[in-house]
Amino acid sequence: MTIIDRSSTGTDVTLAGVGTPAYDREQRVGFFTDTSVCIGCKACEVACKEWNDVPADGLEFLGRSYDNTGRLSADTWRHVAFVEQPVATPETQAVSGMRWLMSSDVCKHCTSAACLEVCPTGALFRTEFETVVVQQDICNGCGYCVSACPFGVIDQRKGDGRVWKCTLCYDRLRGGQTPACAQACPTQSIQFGPLEQLRERAATRVDALHQQGVADARLYGEDPADGVGGFGAFFLLLDRPEVYGLPPDPVSTTRDLPGMWRMAGAAALGMLGLAAGSLLEGGRRA
Amino acid sequence: MANADCILIQGSNMAECHPVGFQWVMEAKLRGAKVIHVDPRFTRTSAVADLHVPVRAGSDIAFLGGLINYVLQGGHEFHEYVVAYTNASVIIEGDFQDTEDLDGLFSGYDPETKTYDPASWQYEGRAAPAAAGQREHGAARGEQHGSGGAGIGDDGEVHTDPSLQHPKCVWQILKRHFARYTPEMVEETCGISPAQFREVAEALVSNSNPERTSAIVYSVGWTHHTVGVQYIRTASILQLLLGNIGRPGGGIMALRGHASIQGSTDIPTLYDLLPGYLPMPHGGLDTDLATYLDNNGTDAGFWAHMDAYTVSLLKAWWGDAATAANDYGFEWLPKITGDHSTYQSVLGMISGDVKGYFVVGENPASGTANGRLQRAGLANLEWLVVRDFTDIETSAFWYDSPEIESGELKPEDIGTEVFWMPAAAHTEKDGSFTNTQRLLQWHHKAVEPEGDTRSDLWFYFHLGRIIKERLAAGTDDRDEPIRHLTWDYPTIGAHGDPSAEAVLAEINGWTLGDDPDPTHTDHKPVSGYTALKADGSTASGCWIYAGVYADGVNQAARRRPGSEQTWVAPDWGWAWPLNRRMLYNRASARPDGTPWSERKKYVWWDEEAGKWTGHDVPDFKATMRPDHRPGPDDEAEDKLRGDAPFVMQADGLGWLFAPNGLTDGPLPAHYEPHESPVPNPFYSQQSNPTRQVFDLQLNRSNPPVNDGYPYVFTTYRLTEHHTAGAMSRNLAYLSELQPEFFCEVSPELAAERHLTHGDWATIITARSAIEARVMITDRVRPLRLGERTVHQIGLPYHWGWRGLSKGDSANDLMVGVLDSNVHIPEAKVASCDIRPGRRPRGPELRRMVDDHYQASISAPARPDAPQGQVR
Amino acid sequence: MFGRTRSDRGRQAAVSVRKLIASWPAVRQATTGADRGGMGRAVQSERSATLEPRTDTADAVVGSICPYCAVGCGQRVFVKDGRVTQIEGDPASPVSRGRLCPKGSASKQLVTDSGRISKVRYRRPHGTEWEDLDLDTAMEMIADRVLRTRAETWQEHDAAGGRLRRTMGIASLGGATLDNEENYLMKKLYTALGAIQIENQARI
Repeated sequence: MTIIDRSSTGTDVTLAGVGTPAYDREQRVGFFTDTSVCIGCKACEVACKEWNDVPADGLEFLGRSYDNTGRLSADTWRHVAFVEQPVATPETQAVSGMRWLMSSDVCKHCTSAACLEVCPTGALFRTEFETVVVQQDICNGCGYCVSACPFGVIDQRKGDGRVWKCTLCYDRLRGGQTPACAQACPTQSIQFGPLEQLRERAATRVDALHQQGVADARLYGEDPADGVGGFGAFFLLLDRPEVYGLPPDPVSTTRDLPGMWRMAGAAALGMLGLAAGSLLEGGRRA
Repeated sequence: MANADCILIQGSNMAECHPVGFQWVMEAKLRGAKVIHVDPRFTRTSAVADLHVPVRAGSDIAFLGGLINYVLQGGHEFHEYVVAYTNASVIIEGDFQDTEDLDGLFSGYDPETKTYDPASWQYEGRAAPAAAGQREHGAARGEQHGSGGAGIGDDGEVHTDPSLQHPKCVWQILKRHFARYTPEMVEETCGISPAQFREVAEALVSNSNPERTSAIVYSVGWTHHTVGVQYIRTASILQLLLGNIGRPGGGIMALRGHASIQGSTDIPTLYDLLPGYLPMPHGGLDTDLATYLDNNGTDAGFWAHMDAYTVSLLKAWWGDAATAANDYGFEWLPKITGDHSTYQSVLGMISGDVKGYFVVGENPASGTANGRLQRAGLANLEWLVVRDFTDIETSAFWYDSPEIESGELKPEDIGTEVFWMPAAAHTEKDGSFTNTQRLLQWHHKAVEPEGDTRSDLWFYFHLGRIIKERLAAGTDDRDEPIRHLTWDYPTIGAHGDPSAEAVLAEINGWTLGDDPDPTHTDHKPVSGYTALKADGSTASGCWIYAGVYADGVNQAARRRPGSEQTWVAPDWGWAWPLNRRMLYNRASARPDGTPWSERKKYVWWDEEAGKWTGHDVPDFKATMRPDHRPGPDDEAEDKLRGDAPFVMQADGLGWLFAPNGLTDGPLPAHYEPHESPVPNPFYSQQSNPTRQVFDLQLNRSNPPVNDGYPYVFTTYRLTEHHTAGAMSRNLAYLSELQPEFFCEVSPELAAERHLTHGDWATIITARSAIEARVMITDRVRPLRLGERTVHQIGLPYHWGWRGLSKGDSANDLMVGVLDSNVHIPEAKVASCDIRPGRRPRGPELRRMVDDHYQASISAPARPDAPQGQVR
Repeated sequence: MFGRTRSDRGRQAAVSVRKLIASWPAVRQATTGADRGGMGRAVQSERSATLEPRTDTADAVVGSICPYCAVGCGQRVFVKDGRVTQIEGDPASPVSRGRLCPKGSASKQLVTDSGRISKVRYRRPHGTEWEDLDLDTAMEMIADRVLRTRAETWQEHDAAGGRLRRTMGIASLGGATLDNEENYLMKKLYTALGAIQIENQARI
């Protein structure tokens, strides 16, 4: 690759790796979205679309504060929510100030990911970074995952039929890079790195906010004991999750399904037999 | 800015308009700095600030004046700094009269010409500079902040009273002038409660001392006013009193909105300046080089070398044809004779005097205040050249403008010949941008542009080449400057692109030595402006940029990673002047040269080495001792004391009181916006008496304090769009984020005018009526000014009638009325009416606007309306 | 460590394209010991297994600066086969530290997919349509008009006989979005021509 980036003295410049957190293959990585420093600029939405070639999806004025994106969808993998909260004086009940919450939502990359568990084709898979990714060369658009997601993240693309969602920039991860949204984020509201490090950082941050008197600051999705086994992309919120349009206590839709799996087991094994037979036949032919 | 202990953001919506720059504010906040946002609306900046203070648009001088008064009355100034580094102790002429004496006017006002004679504002014992008052002085000088100040008259002793007790010393004048700016007046004028005012005042004062610094951030929220320059003056006075100028984490930061708007001021595509803030010569005054230098130079400080800067510029342009014998070609410079700013040009188009117009990366048909006036000008041209990415509103005005829609104009009736030319993007050309911190950064060409697409460098180079070829054989005297113009830049590539680096090298300049032929490439690049000479032996296309090509190296292209440098990062790009990152940094040390504190040390005197040292390049002569006192034989910078930090000022001091350089007074005073529903609470003088008003039907004004236009509106940007939209409304990824033009109103105003969220509203001024989606939000609140309630309406100004995201243009509502110093329109505040529903189409639109205007001016005057004409 | 639980593969229909069979998840599950759940490496497709960021295969990465506001964020422009394939923040920049706002992040769309027109357009006086015009012809025509207007509106002296040497017939607007070098040639050429009504966004 040519680097056209040096002064005429030929001073060497460093281009790769600056500012990217160190992480290894086979290490679980994720996002910590600290909404207390989000400025609602939507750089994450655009950087995501630019990198992943996600189509624009309409020019509708929603009038929901500054949010004209609406929700996560096949064509929106980062969505910034805007919540206007007038603050009233206790005595008079007159509006005396404002709080304007902003939060960039994204696929949670659940530890226990129902979408992945119901996927019949293996299109959804867990990568070597323990992120949950749709493989577009496999997805057949059956849509089972859509109803399985407790967050309504996963969605079929119109005119295409397949499901699309955040890949945590799987291609960039494989190249040792930072996902596009986290790289762009001007205020480091979106932080990327090894999940364990992010959890430590988040705990420190929420403590600091509590000390500053921000009593409502809380983490959302950092707990491996929650209904989805913890998020790979978790959040620091300044209010209850439902205020941001997030389910307060998400539960993997497949958590209570072991009985169903037992019933399906025989069929699955039967399928395996058939497939193995096909392979052997194919192998002989080759 | 990350080093600030308190940051006051006012007249700027930094988080939305400069999100990546805002990371430094967030970093300061994380370190414990208090962030205060004073703004009419609660914005994305307010959302992360510690404190948001709603203010009435157009009342900032009252608020800042209140802060100054708080500092002065409470003795909260940084006393040692003020006495040593400002002109607080200077005694002013005995016949100076203040707004306190003249009810809102200063002495020297001529109601006939609506101008001031600054003779009575002078330092005692010093007459006004020769040309002051007779020329387009403020315009030329108003553009010079950061560079050169106005003169302080002829030689003669400046009288001072270091005890600050003399009744005519600046300190005492200041105290009397601002005594009126009490918290109660702030509340009545701005709608800010005394408690909120006190919270801001205490935060600033407690964070401004030897150990701590406060920064002020502004943008066009301050410049877009008929008193815009005085807004910034007020902030400067406050920061000087608090000792926050020239110190890390202090200062006043102007955030500019275009990639090279700073560069296009430094190398000015502006009528009143030559490169490096040299004034354009004035017809009748600057008759020859010596007179020009005498009229415009100073004898102390760095501007004392104006002769070297000017001669070097002339040598850069005319090479060996510029000789001592012909005044280095000075006579070839065209002369200005007054205000020739863009509004005057548009009036010239309407009158038929201006026949040809180049519009390059701008979109006045929707991007300039009073778009209708602009379009009227375009429709009356002989020819128009538009260079842009797409067929923008300005190039399409002849077939689908609002005037075509309303039936006022038909394409067949418009005689303007239009050339639309595709312009290259930043990825398709080499060149430098100068950012808002005066940092030049190079962008390299990455790909070839498609089809006929060319850089503007290509366009102007080849246009010049063709014109030179046409005139080469002629003998007409007026073509001499073209024939002799140095224009032989090497070209590269299939399209013959001129080398941008060669142009940068000329901007930097070189020493000519014995060989004055500028076509020779063996000229040695100058290392900085201190190497420039007035004898014709050096050339430099822009003296303040001298050094950007030092040693033959493109210093602007340096990209040593920030992580491998100190926090000042001197090896990334190149900052003018001389790669200096902070101006006036002498003030970061005490008069004796030691740092004010360990925590805020920046540059300091190293007695052993006999020079200044520290984190940055000193912004003055590096070897000047702190105890230097000028002798009779000293010249230029040596004529200033060693403890005078403001080296571009003729006296080296920070001016609390400006004896020269301003057209509208030596001190700021609160005047109401040109169109205001409120009478001026301070003085019976309603608005800035020197503001420029263009009285023509196309630009008629709403009467002030009139029930026909009872609401205040302000315009602004959104993060998701860029200026008039040519670089955002054609992009799907940005358009979908803010797809439609909307107006922000409070629930109270919505109730008063029956507006429905998400539905349409029509906003009306004397110029036009436009429609917008209604956004009802508590982020906009009615303000209580004493007994009066003022409603404000917010209008993002990005839209126009073309692109993926279309909408009416907020600029169609604005009136072209200007600050008299710099001719900037009052685009941030005006009055209006609002009603529910969409605007009429076709001829009905004009009828509604006209009927509304007629009804408003014929209604009985309100009892509180200012008497007579509001001059 | 990959997937943890088993999913229902029973609904999977038979696929007849034999070359795909080897990559079937169920088959992979049976043949890859570590991934019993069939949701990790066993189901990784050919594309996923070879995926790499497109920036890794760019022909060039070019140092640049964002063209929008005046913060001056560093950008890296990635180029493949003469086309821009990605623009992102340059982490080396001490100004921006690799970050970009939504506009900066949309720079690739700005330069590659924003409806840019690459041909000169011409509208004759009183015309009702755009017409095509050759670039070289346009340049000659513009030079004609500059010289004609300049000659028609030349002011040599003011009323008092002082030298003016100027034309008030030509105006220009623009510069704040352009390069310093471009502003320089503009100011230099206009000044030599005697055109003084040169303005830009700084006053707007």
